[in-house]
Amino acid sequence: MRAVLGRFKFGGRGLVVVLPYVWLMLFFVVPFLIVLKISFSDIDLAIPPYKPLWIWDGEHAPAITLNFNNYTFLFTDKLYVKALLNSLKVAFVSSMLCLLIGYPMAYGIARSRPAVRSVLLMLIVLPFWTSLLLRVYAWIGLLKANGVINNVLLHLGLIHEPLTMLYTPFAMYVGIVYSYLPFMILPLYANLEKMDWQLIEAAEDLGCRPWRAFLSITLPLSRNGVLAGSMLVFIPAVGEFVIPALLGGPNALMIGRILWDEFFSNRDWPVASAVAILMLLLLVPFMMWYQSIQAREAAASE
Amino acid sequence: MPKPTDPALKASPWTDSDAKPYVRVEKLTKSFGEFKAVDDVSLNIYQGEIFCLLGASGCGKTTLLRMLGGFEKPSSGRIFIDGEDMTGVPPYERPVNMMFQSYALFPHMTVEQNVAFGLKQDRVAKAEIRERVATMLELVKLGGFAQRKPHQLSGGQKQRVALARSLVKRPKLLLLDEPLGALDKKLREHTQFELIGLQHRLGVTFVVVTHDQEEAMTLASRIGVMDHGEIVQSGTPSEIYEFPSSKFVADFIGSVNIFEGRLIEDEPAYVRIASPELGGIIHVGHGISAASDTVVWAAVRPEKINMSTEAPTATDNVARGAVQDIAYLGDLSIYLVKLPTGKVVRVTQPNTSRHAEAITWDQQVYLSWDDSSPVVVTR
Ligand SMILES: Nc1ncnc2c1ncn2[C@@H]1O[C@H](COP(=O)(O)OP(=O)(O)OP(=O)(O)O)[C@@H](O)[C@H]1O
Ligand SMILES: [Mg+2]
Repeated sequence: MRAVLGRFKFGGRGLVVVLPYVWLMLFFVVPFLIVLKISFSDIDLAIPPYKPLWIWDGEHAPAITLNFNNYTFLFTDKLYVKALLNSLKVAFVSSMLCLLIGYPMAYGIARSRPAVRSVLLMLIVLPFWTSLLLRVYAWIGLLKANGVINNVLLHLGLIHEPLTMLYTPFAMYVGIVYSYLPFMILPLYANLEKMDWQLIEAAEDLGCRPWRAFLSITLPLSRNGVLAGSMLVFIPAVGEFVIPALLGGPNALMIGRILWDEFFSNRDWPVASAVAILMLLLLVPFMMWYQSIQAREAAASE
Repeated sequence: MPKPTDPALKASPWTDSDAKPYVRVEKLTKSFGEFKAVDDVSLNIYQGEIFCLLGASGCGKTTLLRMLGGFEKPSSGRIFIDGEDMTGVPPYERPVNMMFQSYALFPHMTVEQNVAFGLKQDRVAKAEIRERVATMLELVKLGGFAQRKPHQLSGGQKQRVALARSLVKRPKLLLLDEPLGALDKKLREHTQFELIGLQHRLGVTFVVVTHDQEEAMTLASRIGVMDHGEIVQSGTPSEIYEFPSSKFVADFIGSVNIFEGRLIEDEPAYVRIASPELGGIIHVGHGISAASDTVVWAAVRPEKINMSTEAPTATDNVARGAVQDIAYLGDLSIYLVKLPTGKVVRVTQPNTSRHAEAITWDQQVYLSWDDSSPVVVTR
């Protein structure tokens, strides 16, 4: 066996290199091609619910019919563009909120004593130990009309009627920011942890107040961490489905929701696939940007 | 912008009891937990001085300097700069600039921006900033490097940027933490003289931390020798070298032969010490303040010992031994001479003529020295 592998220059090292590619082929490229194929086919009342892309009767050359209608449809019905724009907005606002909340936290962790630091980091990743779904459901219990928050506020006499929080954009943002915060904090922390704090002392020595030292030294030097964290929140948040569906109520018009509806309610797989492809195309520039930041970061730390 | 040194400055203000120190450190202590990194240090530093803090690694030099800069809060004691109590004043409000041991250049800024940074904080007019930065870069011979980023510079160039950055604000007091640590010997010596030149032209008071005694001797107007958080002696380089106050200082500054002995004659004009280590009597030509019959140490510098093959006429300050090892250093040679008592004595001799009748290995030699050469210390 080893001899055979050896003949094909396929030793342990080759295997290690090849395995991730096999994995990517199987679980990314192949499904992607399937989705791409479906997006170009016609809807059909069958199982699966779309017409095959090519028909070959065995005699003539196979006839391939590419159907672009699904894509043109996305741009004729305003719903899709609106959902897409709204998703981008929600993802952007969520990233900014995560940044505003996450930066001070990452900064605090990076500047704490090593012993405290590992405890704090642990607390950041602790929520991952339970499922996202459970945690989102817990938020329902907190936010609903007779939920924990309203009850406490009523009890304290701060409000006289329960606030409507659940099924509002507010609840959706709370859910998204809560869930994605660790993805902002961890890359930021990784960046800030490498920071040479003597630079801050040098800045203060040159007459810079602490806040200005932060703005002119710490912030620019943590740029890559900020960008990486923002991308890690932004990219998945664009396609987020669970949180808007559970907390945002029926009016939360997100592209992930549309995708779900097209697939499972309308059973229109081709349009759903077209939506998925479009979303992917939209995110590719952001992903490439993220990649380039990562590469730069790696180069900088060498 | 270089201004001549103020002629009113006295050559050695520390000898004048009326002179007002520019920096006054009073009973300064810094503890990290139980450990005292700086222990009850009192110090006066005068305007226009280059004061060197010298000591072994970990003795608290950086900690003391960081307290002067305001980066470390003293556990007790006070610091006055120019008569003002600085104890609670943050670094950005002190008339002090610091050059860090690691330079701490801002990596995302060009050389020019690095040097301009301090001036920008003071809202100096743009045109003036440009001019002062350019002048300063010329001064440290980095005129052509203004647009480079720190990672594109060599160690010596970085060091000069750091120096320019800390000098451009024209501080009254400049703190330098091992400023030349990263340089090779040649560049180091060159830069030491550049530093002295700069200091004379700008009239800035320098406090320089170093663990290199040669560097301290070259740079300093005065040296403070530190050991375990304390300043064990401070004085001019020659005072420290010629009159060390303890075995530690004598040993730390330069090399020295130390002979343990017992005080047998204690006159105002001379003392005699019986030293079993030497196997004879050490005669010192001045009185010392120690009780008779106490244990003392006589320190004799290697270059103050004469070595010859003929027996000297005197009986004190003489020893006989065999040459054990010779190291030729070009300008001088070091001889290690083993006495019958087992003690090895270090002697240096200048190589004045090229073909001197050479003393070689295993040769019997006589060592002797003047009665003004030994320094007697009691601890
Ligand atoms: N933040 C700190 N916490 C605890 N101990 C410290 C701290 N800073 C310094 N020390 C200790 O204080 C002592 C003096 O440190 P310092 O940095 O002043 O030494 P140094 O004389 O500058 O040495 P070097 O020549 O190696 O730079 C050292 O033993 C060090 O371990
Ligand atoms: Mg140090």
